[in-house]
Amino acid sequence: METVSTASGRAAVRAPRSVLQHKTFRTVIYHGVVAGLGYVMLYPILWLFASSFKGRAEIWTNVSSLIPQQFTLENYINGWRGFGGITFTTFYLNSFFYAGVGTLLAVAASAVVAYGFARINFTGRRFWFACMLSTLMLPVQVQIIPQYIVFSQLGWINTFYPLLLPRFGGQAFFIFMIMQFIRGIPRDLDEAAEMDGCGKGGVFFRIILPQITPALITAAIFSFYWTWEDFLSPLIYLNAPRLYTVSLALRAFADPSGTTDWGAIFAMSSLSLVPVFVIFILFQRFLVEGISTTGLKG
Amino acid sequence: MSEALSVSSSSQHANDQRRQSVKPHKKRWRHDNWMGYLFISPWLIAFFAFTFIPIIASLVLAFTNYDVLSPTWRWVGLENFERMFTRDPRYIKSLQATFFYAFTAIPLRLIFALAVAMLLNTNRRMVAGYRAAYYAPSIVGGSVAVAVMWREIFGRNGLINAVFGTDVAWLGNPNTAIWTLILLAVWQFGSPMLIFLAGLKQIPREFYEAASIDGANGWQQFWRITLPLLTPIIFFNLVMQLISGFMVFTQAFVITGGAPLDTTLFYALYIYQRAFVSLQMGYASAMAWVLLIIIAVLTVLVFRSSSYWVFYSSQED
Repeated sequence: METVSTASGRAAVRAPRSVLQHKTFRTVIYHGVVAGLGYVMLYPILWLFASSFKGRAEIWTNVSSLIPQQFTLENYINGWRGFGGITFTTFYLNSFFYAGVGTLLAVAASAVVAYGFARINFTGRRFWFACMLSTLMLPVQVQIIPQYIVFSQLGWINTFYPLLLPRFGGQAFFIFMIMQFIRGIPRDLDEAAEMDGCGKGGVFFRIILPQITPALITAAIFSFYWTWEDFLSPLIYLNAPRLYTVSLALRAFADPSGTTDWGAIFAMSSLSLVPVFVIFILFQRFLVEGISTTGLKG
Repeated sequence: MSEALSVSSSSQHANDQRRQSVKPHKKRWRHDNWMGYLFISPWLIAFFAFTFIPIIASLVLAFTNYDVLSPTWRWVGLENFERMFTRDPRYIKSLQATFFYAFTAIPLRLIFALAVAMLLNTNRRMVAGYRAAYYAPSIVGGSVAVAVMWREIFGRNGLINAVFGTDVAWLGNPNTAIWTLILLAVWQFGSPMLIFLAGLKQIPREFYEAASIDGANGWQQFWRITLPLLTPIIFFNLVMQLISGFMVFTQAFVITGGAPLDTTLFYALYIYQRAFVSLQMGYASAMAWVLLIIIAVLTVLVFRSSSYWVFYSSQED
């Protein structure tokens, strides 16, 4: 209660007791409501994690509890075995490969393109920029069918080429976000470097690149998330189980007509969220700023 | 977005004028042209290869009966479109489901996002922690893991029935199934919440102080100050959510698969089924183009309507 009265430094004049009590009451109500709602929000995820440590018999008998009666790792051991003789080691390696290489390509290309749009004044710049922004609104469905036809003619079904190749062009969201960031950097430094005979490439690598690291980190996090969770493209192009990403494997694993080992399904689902939450906890600041400043969807 | 662009290009203009005195104008200009196209070339190549040409190809396919298996295919004119609206009851069902979902889930999500953003727009302790907790579901929301989880939460033996002591087949009942997906969407209000929060922080405190001196209560302050000043952000969120709302796929694919009775057969899911399960790629392309047109029309309508309800304060920049 004291913390409340000292925290509100504006009350220079000692407030009457009743006002203070009223304030304390409001603070308690506030934290009660906000924390309560937060608990409801997180409850499903906590439940998923808790269920993954419950024994086979307990999962459907002690459903709503967040604390397992007997803590067991059995589900993780069973789940990791995967299906059809392929373990989750393979699926995780596939996912880390796809998300890692995909992110690297997308972010590197986006930075180069963003510099071109933000700092070089060339004919047609506004037209191409408008084209780029309009691709943000395009439903992917108008592109994937012809893409699929061509990629299948090339014999690239069951390879990662169809998933990774488009990333060489960067991604419109990240290009836009990095552009916004570059615009915030004063031009004086670029110009000084150009006076000293530094070309556009030199300016990009020596002046711009070191300064846009925060934007690149934000873009990399989002790119990793989206690639990690990507489902439609792997579903279309990766049909062989040995190439499955974690998302595809989970979906095949949790097929209602197939397995009934729900403990294992909960365990593998929980595990697939761990990389996402670890990155969230480590880089929360970049994420919040990234969304607030550019309106990126999460 | 366009405002930001014009600001930067005008400053670029000033820079060019400064440069002109240093170097011959024409040479400089040609050099910049080369360098500009060099830097955007990765995007430009990918744009033509993976976006522009495929879109045109898909438009052509929309007028054919192409499928991957049979070698013969022919021009069928408007037949695909005619079939969609007159001879394909599942298509009509998928339109109904998608529109119902979009027009329910998006407003609910935005209302929730704004309400929570206002709750969190304070300097009290723990706010950063709360913000993270509210945002957490949104970062994992698109994943298969969460979809699988949602399926088990609403399953017959699932969490909801256990907590409330009910015995309802939430996913099997045509009246409730779509609501589980709407709830999943509303649960992920994190991104619009953060954008609203950033907007709320921009509103000067003095506005509220002046209003309360004039005797305006909290409710009046919300309607007269907060809401009007947030309309540009509501507008932005609305456009973004509208576009993504019409493209939901993973959740419906994993949780309901379009069942029961096609009540959750979302548009993107139906295109997938037609294109990659029954391999009717011509027909699916026609459906994709109709989706593109629906999204474009709705976006234009929102933009057109904005002059009636979006309030731009004159003191911006």
